[in-house]
Amino acid sequence: MPIEFEAPKPVVQAQFMLKTVGEEMMRPKSRYFDEHEHEIPWDYIEFMHTAMKAFGGSSLAPSENFNKGEEKDKRSSIGYQVLAAQIEALAYGDLGMYHCLPGGGLGAAAVHAAGSPEQKAKFLDRFNGDKPIFAAMCITEPGAGSDNSAIRTRAVLDEKTNEWVINGEKIFVTGGDKSFSEYEKLGRGFIVVWATIDPTAGRGGMRAFVVEGGTPGVRIVKLEHKLGIRCSDTAAISLVDVRVPFENILGSPTVEKSTTGFKGAMATFDATRPLVAASGIGVARAALEFLKEKLAENGVQIRYGLPRQKLTSIERDVIDMEIMLKSAWLMVIKAVWMADNKKPNALESSMSKVRAGDVGPKITQKVVEILGPLGYSREFLAEKWFRDAKITDIYEGTGQINRLVVARQILGYSGSELR
Amino acid sequence: MYSFEPTEEQQMLIDAIGKYASNDLRTAAHEAEENHELSMKLVNKGWELGLLQASVPESYGGFGEHNAVTGVLALEEMAFGDLAGTLAVMTPSLFATPILLAGSEEQKQTYLPKIVESNWSPYTAALIEYSFDFDPNALKTMASANDNYFILNGEKAFVPFAKDAEAILVYADLDGKTQGFIIPKGTEGLTISDEREKLMSLNALPLYRLKLDSVKVSAANRLGGASGHDFELILASMRLANAATAIGVAKAAFEYSKNYAKEREAFGVKIAQKQAIAFMLAEMRTEIEAMRLLTWEAAWKLDTGKSDAFTEAYLASTGAADMAMMVTDRAVQILGGHGYIRDHPVEMWMRNGRGFATFTGLAIM
Repeated sequence: MPIEFEAPKPVVQAQFMLKTVGEEMMRPKSRYFDEHEHEIPWDYIEFMHTAMKAFGGSSLAPSENFNKGEEKDKRSSIGYQVLAAQIEALAYGDLGMYHCLPGGGLGAAAVHAAGSPEQKAKFLDRFNGDKPIFAAMCITEPGAGSDNSAIRTRAVLDEKTNEWVINGEKIFVTGGDKSFSEYEKLGRGFIVVWATIDPTAGRGGMRAFVVEGGTPGVRIVKLEHKLGIRCSDTAAISLVDVRVPFENILGSPTVEKSTTGFKGAMATFDATRPLVAASGIGVARAALEFLKEKLAENGVQIRYGLPRQKLTSIERDVIDMEIMLKSAWLMVIKAVWMADNKKPNALESSMSKVRAGDVGPKITQKVVEILGPLGYSREFLAEKWFRDAKITDIYEGTGQINRLVVARQILGYSGSELR
Repeated sequence: MYSFEPTEEQQMLIDAIGKYASNDLRTAAHEAEENHELSMKLVNKGWELGLLQASVPESYGGFGEHNAVTGVLALEEMAFGDLAGTLAVMTPSLFATPILLAGSEEQKQTYLPKIVESNWSPYTAALIEYSFDFDPNALKTMASANDNYFILNGEKAFVPFAKDAEAILVYADLDGKTQGFIIPKGTEGLTISDEREKLMSLNALPLYRLKLDSVKVSAANRLGGASGHDFELILASMRLANAATAIGVAKAAFEYSKNYAKEREAFGVKIAQKQAIAFMLAEMRTEIEAMRLLTWEAAWKLDTGKSDAFTEAYLASTGAADMAMMVTDRAVQILGGHGYIRDHPVEMWMRNGRGFATFTGLAIM
């Protein structure tokens, strides 16, 4: 295939359909859920669950392409491309509400990346059910953020019962409450907990465990109050003597000298970083389109094609923002296209996140600045998008961590050579 | 569908150009810049790679079809070797490509076979004007229409190889629109400066000023014939060439400074092992990729006739110019004092880097 930029039909369809969802289902509620933190947007959740079932998918997560016993080579080769387009479009609607999209999310992504075929069937089939279901990833701890090899949560095998016993504390769990707590309107979800099975083994001892919703010993300690994406629940979770079946470990139960377990987590990130980048681009696009609308209402035209010297400051800013936005989106597309075509994409994946993490905040900040009092006022959503967009340079690896990943890739350095 | 892989044919062309860029252009670049002289043997070798020839159909003496994506791939690769050398190799395109894209049948028959079937020969074009707010869509060189001819008045700057040119495609404002006019060597009223332009970079490329004092151009020599042509496609093709060469120069600066950072030691480690340096490199690589993809997409849109192709070519050129400045500046910074010394090429690339905000019109694909 020669170089080509024609979006595949399913991508265009997803963009078209979800634009309406964004404008009709999300935007009208954006302000309400921003101002009523921790309220759950049930209407939206139920609508999306029904809609996704109607379209034959149980979830927007890529897992749906893998868990129906299809042969690997038969599965759609544009799964991640469609997913990126869906996420961009939903984030264009509302980034906080996008996180309330039912489905496997990062939890299912971890199962998909590191689980056996049996585990995928066991944990991922549930998303086809009648009720919406959530799943979450628990990796960050109070003492381990970007440096997630410093994880202290411990998993010990109880050989008598053949169960893992997990103890530790997890924070910043996106969707942790909806994935673990019991709600009448939700089916049973799960959380994927990263823990060490051998603290002396460093990264080699790191494993992920599927912990079913409602498992005794797990407690949602609190839900964070945040700068933005307030509709998305961010849980702190404590685990005290939590027992899970032996087969809930993702990856090998024995410690090898290699770091495959940890690499499993990192492989998950290679797949998900461009998707998170896509969400940042969605917010930025919302802000930029709003700005252009307001400028047009006020008779300000953007004169494309003029030399810089003839442009007004606003025109220059808008043109620069368009360059940022378009190129950032293309980087996402390239990264997910590589994922779909099974090309190693650690570099492209992290570069797309670096770029999107830069341009999301930059664009939303500039939009608020240019709009002046209109931008700063809570009457419009620009100020909310500004607060929402900032998270995209933080979660799924801060901009700095992703720069580190990019730098190691281009320099051919290991983690010990470039710390 | 999306796809990011060049075709086999494109890859073969890129590989051939890559060899020429590294083995020939790059090795000659320093001396050429210092001595203000390019070896024409070197230029001809680049010409023989057949980049223009491959974009001209067989009926006009070439062996291919015009393709913007191939063009940007090739120009990036060549500019990775040396910018001045690339612009010299591609100078005949400045004349031939607009004829290919917008010329009359007669103009195509007259000029294309002559140019593509021979060795590199001096055909060129004059777009840029010497004014701070130069705008290719609002030229100060004026054309006025008479019965069956046009009269051109004005001045042009940065015209490559004008002194030896067999013919020059001069752009002028005709009733508010930019139009090209073919002006053969020795036409009355056309004066070419004796002195070459003295610029911040591109010393190796012979650039001249033109004066047009009531130059008479026959209607047949208006680009596209009597009814003229649309300038947008030509300008977009120039902007894409500008973007592609900016990316090539940026890549050169990035690779060089990256390799240097992996060799140079400070405080007991390679400087590339310091985040201050490593992060700069990561950002340079990311920016290059961003502008490369935007340029590819704009080229693809041009090839497939998408309605926003011209706007996107403008965005790609604008963004790539900024990116090239940023990347080349950082390359000098990574080399520190050594970067400021002309023994290393990064300072030249930094001087090139600033130029892309001004160079639209020096190359076309």
